[in-house]
Amino acid sequence: MTPLVILATALVRWDWIARNGDEIWLRTQQHLVLTALSVLLGLVVAFPLALAAIRYPRLYGPLLGVGGVLFTIPSVALFPLLGPFTGILTRTTALIVLTIYTVLILLRNTVEGLRSVPADIREAAEAMGYRRTAQLFKVELPLALPVIIAGLRIATVTTIGLVTITAVIGQGGYGQFFIDGFLRNFATVTIVGIVLSVALAVGADLLLLLVQRALTPWTRRTA
Amino acid sequence: MISFDAVTKRFPDGTVAVDELQLEIPDGEVVVLVGPSGCGKTTTMRMVNRMVEPTSGTVRLNGKDVMSQDPATLRRGIGYVIQQIGLFPHRTIADNIATVPRLLGWDKRRMQGRVEALMELVGLPPEAAQRYPHQLSGGQRQRVGVARALAVDPPVMLMDEPFGAVDPIVRARLQEEFLRLQREVRKTIVFVTHDIDEAILMGDRIAILAQGGRLQQYGPPRELLADPVNDFVASFLGAERGLKRLALIPVSEVTAEPGPVVSPDDTAEQATQVARSFGTDWAVVVDGAEGNGRLRGWVSLHELEATVGESVLRPFALQVRATDSLRVALNAMVTSRTGVAVRVDEEGRYQGILTQELISKEIR
Repeated sequence: MTPLVILATALVRWDWIARNGDEIWLRTQQHLVLTALSVLLGLVVAFPLALAAIRYPRLYGPLLGVGGVLFTIPSVALFPLLGPFTGILTRTTALIVLTIYTVLILLRNTVEGLRSVPADIREAAEAMGYRRTAQLFKVELPLALPVIIAGLRIATVTTIGLVTITAVIGQGGYGQFFIDGFLRNFATVTIVGIVLSVALAVGADLLLLLVQRALTPWTRRTA
Repeated sequence: MISFDAVTKRFPDGTVAVDELQLEIPDGEVVVLVGPSGCGKTTTMRMVNRMVEPTSGTVRLNGKDVMSQDPATLRRGIGYVIQQIGLFPHRTIADNIATVPRLLGWDKRRMQGRVEALMELVGLPPEAAQRYPHQLSGGQRQRVGVARALAVDPPVMLMDEPFGAVDPIVRARLQEEFLRLQREVRKTIVFVTHDIDEAILMGDRIAILAQGGRLQQYGPPRELLADPVNDFVASFLGAERGLKRLALIPVSEVTAEPGPVVSPDDTAEQATQVARSFGTDWAVVVDGAEGNGRLRGWVSLHELEATVGESVLRPFALQVRATDSLRVALNAMVTSRTGVAVRVDEEGRYQGILTQELISKEIR
């Protein structure tokens, strides 16, 4: 690890970084927006699917099956497949592909989270006189939150990695640095892309962890 | 009043959990449903608040068919306590207790006042209000469960093995507190347990159910213990049925015998005569009228000096009072060398003796 870091540091042209702050900021914004949108879209799609899977358990198997198949298709192959419908070089295409991946992760975690709510707590809620929807939002969802947010973290980190690929269809982001670095045989941009991508993933993961802690104070095991 | 009229519950897999149940639960009483596992006692209880719906027959609450009522509204008016308690781990103790008031839209101040009152009622320290359930002991959690069920002061409570998950010492204390509480609040309670001793202790009436939800016998504990209708009931009540009955009969229900009573001023000769006339070799020593009739102890004829007062006075280690049970009296008999239990009033005045003959006459 250390020799690699030294080598990389030696290869970096710091003056390029200093001169290209604007581009770095632009790529960061593009990367963030694509990640955030696809995770949010994934949540919007996965949540109702998860509720359906809870209410009609027979749906869950097929849903996971379809999702699993989609998950195995390489993203690069999906771009030309979607091309005729949404255009190859569009943000819509990028978002659809990214969302497919997040949906599967979020669906699984939301279902598992809701299923992990102990039977006695459901029974008590029902017997206290909660109606179905209120019980879901006031009792079951809060208790499923740790598992759901764990899914959100995996989906976010995965997506931050995946977003680099969408640069090949002109959606920018840190992936553009890899393309530039390769085409211009210029190590500095590649390294900047890697470092920022990792930093973004770690940062986002940490942020979501903090969000989870803030939202679920009861999980802190202090007597 | 809760009434079951020809209620049957058949589950989709064909098992009959409750079979043509006919049962009336009067207001203000604790009715215990008891029986082996699979006897449908929990299913029966859960039909009261529609957690389970009957296949046929009618369950009525105050004359109204529960199936004609909105389930959520119905349930908000019925307290519910289960063995696993089912506290909401994501809510503080105060919020847990305020669950139903919140569902009913009470204002904040009213909720807070109610929570404080309930915590005091069930014996929870005020500082527990802002804790989460996992920060409490099992016994404390159980109290929260009871407080939550009592939150809107519902006239009816359903309790399914409410003390099943705590250790025996805590259970005994919770049972005692529950009985004290019930004397204050006078709820109509359906109480489910598999423990016949708990049933005898808690129940104003007991319904004994057999496999498949068939009601065997329904009545006050004393009646069941005195007169079990069949072998199932008799064996379910257990081998110590006689002793269990004694535990339910207060000393005040039997007439104490006067017994061989002497005063400290009596001579040895007088004392011997009194004892002999009762066929004993001992006599109870009681202060005379000027001593207010206080019990002093007993003397053995073999240890008499010139007067009773000069002799060795032996104390009765155990004395029974009107509110003690005959079981307590029996215990006093078998642990005393005199073989009798001595009854005194609140001021320690002698009221007579209880003998084993008296007790066996009572339960025969």
